[in-house]
Amino acid sequence: MPESAPILEVHNLVKQYPSVSAVDGVSFAVPEGTCFGLLGPNGAGKTTTIEIMEGILPPTSGEVRYRGERLGARFREQAGILFQKTALQDFLTVRQSVALFRGLYERGLDVDEVLAACALEKLAKRDNRKLSGGQQQRLLLAIALVNDPKVLFLDEPTTGLDPQARRNFWELVESIKARRKTIILTTHYMEEAQLLCDEIAIMDGGRIIAQGAPQKLLREHFAEVLLELPRQEFPEAARRLPLKLIDASDRIEISTDDLDGTLRTLMEAHVPLQNLRIRPANLEDLFLDLTGKDLRT
Amino acid sequence: MIRRLLAVWHARNLEFVRDRPTLLFTLLLPVGVVIGMGFIFGGPPRPLFKVGVLGTDVSAHANPFRAERYTQFVAVEDEATGLSEVTHQEIDLLVDFDGGVRYWVNTDSPKGYIVEKLLIAADPGARRQPVTGQAIPYINWLFPGILGMNMMFSCLFGVGYVVLRYRKSGFLKRLHATPLSAFEFLTAQVLSRLSLILFVTVVLYAGIGAIIHFHSAGSVALLLLIAVIGSLSMIALGLTIAARFASEELVGGLLNLLTWPMMLLSGVWFSIEGSPRWVQWVADIFPLTQVIQAARAVMLDGAGFQRITPNLIYLAATTLVFLAFGAWSFRWRLD
Repeated sequence: MPESAPILEVHNLVKQYPSVSAVDGVSFAVPEGTCFGLLGPNGAGKTTTIEIMEGILPPTSGEVRYRGERLGARFREQAGILFQKTALQDFLTVRQSVALFRGLYERGLDVDEVLAACALEKLAKRDNRKLSGGQQQRLLLAIALVNDPKVLFLDEPTTGLDPQARRNFWELVESIKARRKTIILTTHYMEEAQLLCDEIAIMDGGRIIAQGAPQKLLREHFAEVLLELPRQEFPEAARRLPLKLIDASDRIEISTDDLDGTLRTLMEAHVPLQNLRIRPANLEDLFLDLTGKDLRT
Repeated sequence: MIRRLLAVWHARNLEFVRDRPTLLFTLLLPVGVVIGMGFIFGGPPRPLFKVGVLGTDVSAHANPFRAERYTQFVAVEDEATGLSEVTHQEIDLLVDFDGGVRYWVNTDSPKGYIVEKLLIAADPGARRQPVTGQAIPYINWLFPGILGMNMMFSCLFGVGYVVLRYRKSGFLKRLHATPLSAFEFLTAQVLSRLSLILFVTVVLYAGIGAIIHFHSAGSVALLLLIAVIGSLSMIALGLTIAARFASEELVGGLLNLLTWPMMLLSGVWFSIEGSPRWVQWVADIFPLTQVIQAARAVMLDGAGFQRITPNLIYLAATTLVFLAFGAWSFRWRLD
């Protein structure tokens, strides 16, 4: 994808709370028309960063620039936002909810057009409190799109959705991407990030610990393939082999760029290979490799 | 069952104790109420009846009626003022002790009826004088107060809790992500509530008016103007409370702290003529007092725009002050 001018620039962002530094010197730029993913474990500072970028939360220091300007009226008019959790006004139908937000912007799309884009036409007259989780997210996406935004913020948009609803949501986001909208996405789902993002930044402890295109990061951090073996079948003595081992919950993973040599080493050490699986490394491997496997409190 | 009950009881107590603003308010409220009630109702026993005495020096008259207990005698400078106060039931009786004792009583006033008996018992020669003009029944005097009180509750609670609910649910945070400003949001809330209150007030005015056969002595358009500006002021007052806080208990407590003194001191149920100066001064601060004073002047005396202008100016000024303060202190999100 050709490099374009950044639509958003984040400069040395810091957000300090009395007992914790939620964001600690984060800087990056988002080129126009790309999908930028912010990944990280719980408490990494993703939502704080995205809320500062949305202009909802003031930073302790640092700044966010939209098209070279400080966030202001133009940004509010041209940004679409889908929060992690949003309640809508009670007793409004789907159509009325979208129309309410359409009325808050100078320019935007026709309400019917937005409803159609988010597959909500048949639900237009339904009370917004009577929607399923997937339908609710589609409505919130419709509201985020109602001003035909140049930049769209999606904060964990598919958390809690079933696999069908999630895939349906991804299709919607891909159709938005196809219209050259800039998307800022935070997610816990690595599959989602790998599918949708042109560039990702992995955060931990309020800092960015890796940034780049997903495939480029995988190439930088991982060899070609991962070998997976059931933990109970992996002899303790084999742990001393000169291999790069990764402990997963129920399995041992071996990262290697020399598949033949690694297989030979394992056979010589009499490691049972009947349940061996070989697969390429993915973003989840990268995420766990960079942020560790310990549960975050 | 006890274990479950205790678990929920304990969790609720923790929630309450950790909600610092609410806890502080809950502890300070009873202290404030005790001090306030002490000031208002403390001191010597309060009189049951209020009698106006023509002249400037009440103590100059040695009539035996002056010895009646639980009766407050207040000086009334001239007959016209005294008669107006009798007809409006601001005093129960007007007496002229000079020469032969004469008195004026509102025959629709229950307290006037009793205090008249006391006067005749003390001085059988006292002569009743006709009350010129229409004596105003208590229900007519009460009517503007009831309308005003209904407006007050609808303004303060109707707006305060709605904004609080929006903030707690995150709906305000979502609105904050749009070009909508705090002033625009608050103004929209004010106008929405205003239309509702005006509709309800008009229905109440027409409905109750028909039942008690009430006809306003003054312009109905002027009454509508009082209702509009008075509602604006009280809605804006409710918004100043809801602008910042996120606890239902705290907001509920603060709203009660505003509504109860207004209900008692704004002259809804009884006139506060004769109350200590500072009580009257406090009452004059309340928007509801200004609404009721202006409404009574129009509805009962047929007052015109000029006479109620000070009330309207006060209500308009407080609307602007409350709205400005509300917009300044407004918080979109929970923190």
